[in-house]
Amino acid sequence: MKDIRNFSIIAHIDHGKSTLADRLIMKTGVCDTRTFKDQMLDNMDIERERGITIKSQAITLPYAAQDGKTYSLNLIDTPGHVDFSYEVSRSLASCEGVLLLIDAAQGVQAQTLANLYLAMEHDLEIIPVINKIDLPSADIERVLEQIDSELGLDPDTHLKCSAKDGTGIEDILEAVVERIPPPKGDPDGKLAALIFDAHYDAYRGTVINCRVFDGTVKAGDSIRFMFSGSVYRVEEVGHFGLSRQKRDELSAGEVGYIIAGVKTVSSVSIGDTITNDDRPCEKPLPGFKEAKPVVFASIYPIASDDYEDLAEAMEKYKLNDAAFIYEKDSSVALGQGFRCGFLGLLHLDIVQERLEREYDLNIILSVPSVRYRFTLKSGEVVYVDNPMHYPGPMAIDKGEEPYIRASMMMPDRYLGAVMTLCIEKRGVNSNMHYPSPGRVELSYEMPLSEVIFDFYDRFKSVTQGYGSFDYDLIDYRESNLVLLDILVNGEKVDALSQIVHRDRARARGVQACDRLKDEIPRQMYKIAIQGAIGGEIISRSTISPFRKDVTAKCYGGDITRKRKLLEKQKEGKKRMKMVGSVSIPQSAFLAVLKSDTDS
Amino acid sequence: MTLSDPANRSLKRDPGMDQHMPHGSRRRVDNSPGLYIHVPFCISKCGYCDFYSCTDTRLTDEWLGALTREVELWRGGFGPFDTVYLGGGTPSVLSLLQLERLLDAVRGAFDILPGAEVTVEVNPADWGLQDLLVARSLGINRINVGVQSFDDGELRFLGRRHDSRQALAALANARRAGFENVGLDLIYGLPGQGFNTWKGSLEKALLLAPEHLSCYELELKADTPLGLRYGLGELEPRTGECLRELFLRTSELAEGAGYVHYEVSNFARGMEKASRHNRKYWDHTPYLGLGPSAHSFKDNRRWWNTGSIHDYLRLLGEGRKPVAGSEDLGPDQLAFESLFLGLRTREGIDLEEYRDLSGRDLLQEKGPQIESWVREGLVRVEGGFLRPTRSGMAVADALAAL
Repeated sequence: MKDIRNFSIIAHIDHGKSTLADRLIMKTGVCDTRTFKDQMLDNMDIERERGITIKSQAITLPYAAQDGKTYSLNLIDTPGHVDFSYEVSRSLASCEGVLLLIDAAQGVQAQTLANLYLAMEHDLEIIPVINKIDLPSADIERVLEQIDSELGLDPDTHLKCSAKDGTGIEDILEAVVERIPPPKGDPDGKLAALIFDAHYDAYRGTVINCRVFDGTVKAGDSIRFMFSGSVYRVEEVGHFGLSRQKRDELSAGEVGYIIAGVKTVSSVSIGDTITNDDRPCEKPLPGFKEAKPVVFASIYPIASDDYEDLAEAMEKYKLNDAAFIYEKDSSVALGQGFRCGFLGLLHLDIVQERLEREYDLNIILSVPSVRYRFTLKSGEVVYVDNPMHYPGPMAIDKGEEPYIRASMMMPDRYLGAVMTLCIEKRGVNSNMHYPSPGRVELSYEMPLSEVIFDFYDRFKSVTQGYGSFDYDLIDYRESNLVLLDILVNGEKVDALSQIVHRDRARARGVQACDRLKDEIPRQMYKIAIQGAIGGEIISRSTISPFRKDVTAKCYGGDITRKRKLLEKQKEGKKRMKMVGSVSIPQSAFLAVLKSDTDS
Repeated sequence: MTLSDPANRSLKRDPGMDQHMPHGSRRRVDNSPGLYIHVPFCISKCGYCDFYSCTDTRLTDEWLGALTREVELWRGGFGPFDTVYLGGGTPSVLSLLQLERLLDAVRGAFDILPGAEVTVEVNPADWGLQDLLVARSLGINRINVGVQSFDDGELRFLGRRHDSRQALAALANARRAGFENVGLDLIYGLPGQGFNTWKGSLEKALLLAPEHLSCYELELKADTPLGLRYGLGELEPRTGECLRELFLRTSELAEGAGYVHYEVSNFARGMEKASRHNRKYWDHTPYLGLGPSAHSFKDNRRWWNTGSIHDYLRLLGEGRKPVAGSEDLGPDQLAFESLFLGLRTREGIDLEEYRDLSGRDLLQEKGPQIESWVREGLVRVEGGFLRPTRSGMAVADALAAL
């Protein structure tokens, strides 16, 4: 156990976490440059494209240290987005230390702080690492000052590196060995292992990533998931290299995987404790929370014939995403589909993209919604996350909506603009302090619905990218809620309906009509778009029909070019849903949530 | 108009003003292949044109040598042709001697059927009566004159190197030289062009009574000088509303003057004066394209030459065909092409041919949509064809993409 170090890299987005992970992997010789793919740990296309980690991963790095001994360094990667902060906390719970990575040019950002606090909660050894020292704009002095004043860490403990160039990597590995304590625990004790991730393997079923705190687990053992109560027989245990490496056992202090005939990832809860069914530990490891979706939207196939394919794809997709939930749903406008819950808008984006990319489906999403709580006149309390199930004004005694506490950090020159934005978003109970001269940490309590409604984009825009943002759900608060309907050529499109605060209804209605006007392409006929509350029309816009569209000569025999152009248009149309006689593009449903200020 | 030349009278004798479509006729009266030769030279580039051309006319001899080699590489491999079309670029940039060598090479290597349509595109500034007489003696029997406009201001705006006087002279000379099949091209929808300016050009063209008339909408394409000016915000393009109006009025005026609006941009004095060559592109008749950037089609395969004159010269210098790419069309692609090309023509889509190509019945496949188009007056179903109406033609691309 003395030769094991369990650690994570934590950082604000884009501060170079994945690049550093790749460097450590290369340096310890787990793979050579030839087989090396950029950002090895982020192995999904979407992750690589977006440059963020969605699912955490782990890898065991064999490191021959200067003291002559070889250590097993378990690097546990963490997701890098607020939507996945619970997964981050479970990964950190599996570690004894972290590398806190800070961009030498950007300095300390909101997520640097949020992640530091998380690491402190888990009582981890923290090694500040200043990355990107090769940048011309690097300002190491300033970052050291921030480490002292904003993070409250000893700046003398810092390391410097450029993950891009590969400088300083050796020092980091040495520091991991020297400064991060080896794991504690009793290999002969009762088994207690923390599940920090799980993924689906088509041949083996669910592969569970875990950290063993006490005891030992091996093939043939009967294990129990303490939260769900289910019992499985272990088929295989092992470590992670670039692929799975089978071992005889995993024991206290180690990080590895367990395969135990678990059919779906959904049967595994991140944060649950694995124990031995015959010799269980007294109590589960602390900190378990069920991942709860906060954003809801319906998914429909664009061609109703694809419903069965979509159902199959959702089932398969769900195998690998425990946080994603869904049930059957149907819309008058869009037909049969599914109501789905997501951890946030990014999670929603990812699910949509993966369903389309990996399962080759054309789907459409209804306008996302949060989960509202209504107390009816009958005294019954109902939760409504689907505007189609809005109870109606006459039946409602009290409406409530979820609130969050938003934590933001920015240079103080943007303070005014951000406060204006927060107030516009119905923010209350502001709190601010200056962790260092020129920088402000601001918090507000805001309705979650306002945050999913274009907040993040506008926040980035008013802070010119220098602001950072994080949030936690706090509670439900009373709110005057009404249903905003959208009519296209007089026909209500239920998938475009939103539950909104009465004071915001008119502005939202106007905005939705404007956005739809931009999103819905001209068609053969004039299209009228209206926003309505109850029977009252509160906003409208018109799309005039297109008049002439045939131009290019079909001349000189280059029919191919023309065909490809039309095929592209046709492909675009496939991503549209016919509602009555109007084709509505997929993008329209999300666009109504965005304001005009977005580019 | 001052058109007292005999050719005009001979036109008036022309009885062939059949405005009616050949109902139910199973097409392809002639399915002999066509030969296209791309002459990639221009003395100056026009502001709107994104076809491949090169202004270094010193290369014409070298090009002709290469083209001759390309012709040789195809010897016996294509034909017999019943159309030959010299386009560009500006074929009239070539000297008549060069033209003769070119046509000799073609005739030496390929079978050209008797009565073949042999067309050359001509810039009005290039050929006088004498040149046109020689051209006729070389076997060229159809002239297409790039008039574009009869308004000198518009011609300057378009970057043309001729003026309206030259255009009139070229057309009159073509008649004097004995050409009985003359076409002219016009461009409409110029920024700031009032309807009356356009009507002026169109009416002049109609009075000249060419056998064929092409009216193209000005497109401000990104890689052209006008496209660049548009990108800089210097030009205000016409609205779709205005272009539609121009399109429909043009069609009405031309048909009123005895022309058949047989394709989106093309009018003919009777279907037998429709461009036999261009039709091959639209109905999957084989064609061979020679010269830089030219496209060819045969046996469900389309291929195209390199667009660069330098690569073209080099490859042929090495004795290789200058083919840059190709694609094999599957049933769905062929069917989609016959759909969108059909929707561009007055004749429409041959439903039986569509079924043969795709294995699907178009009327069943898109039943509700076609019904709504019929209701909106965009298409008609008659005699086994799905035919666009005039307003249907205006939105042919949108219909095809549905």
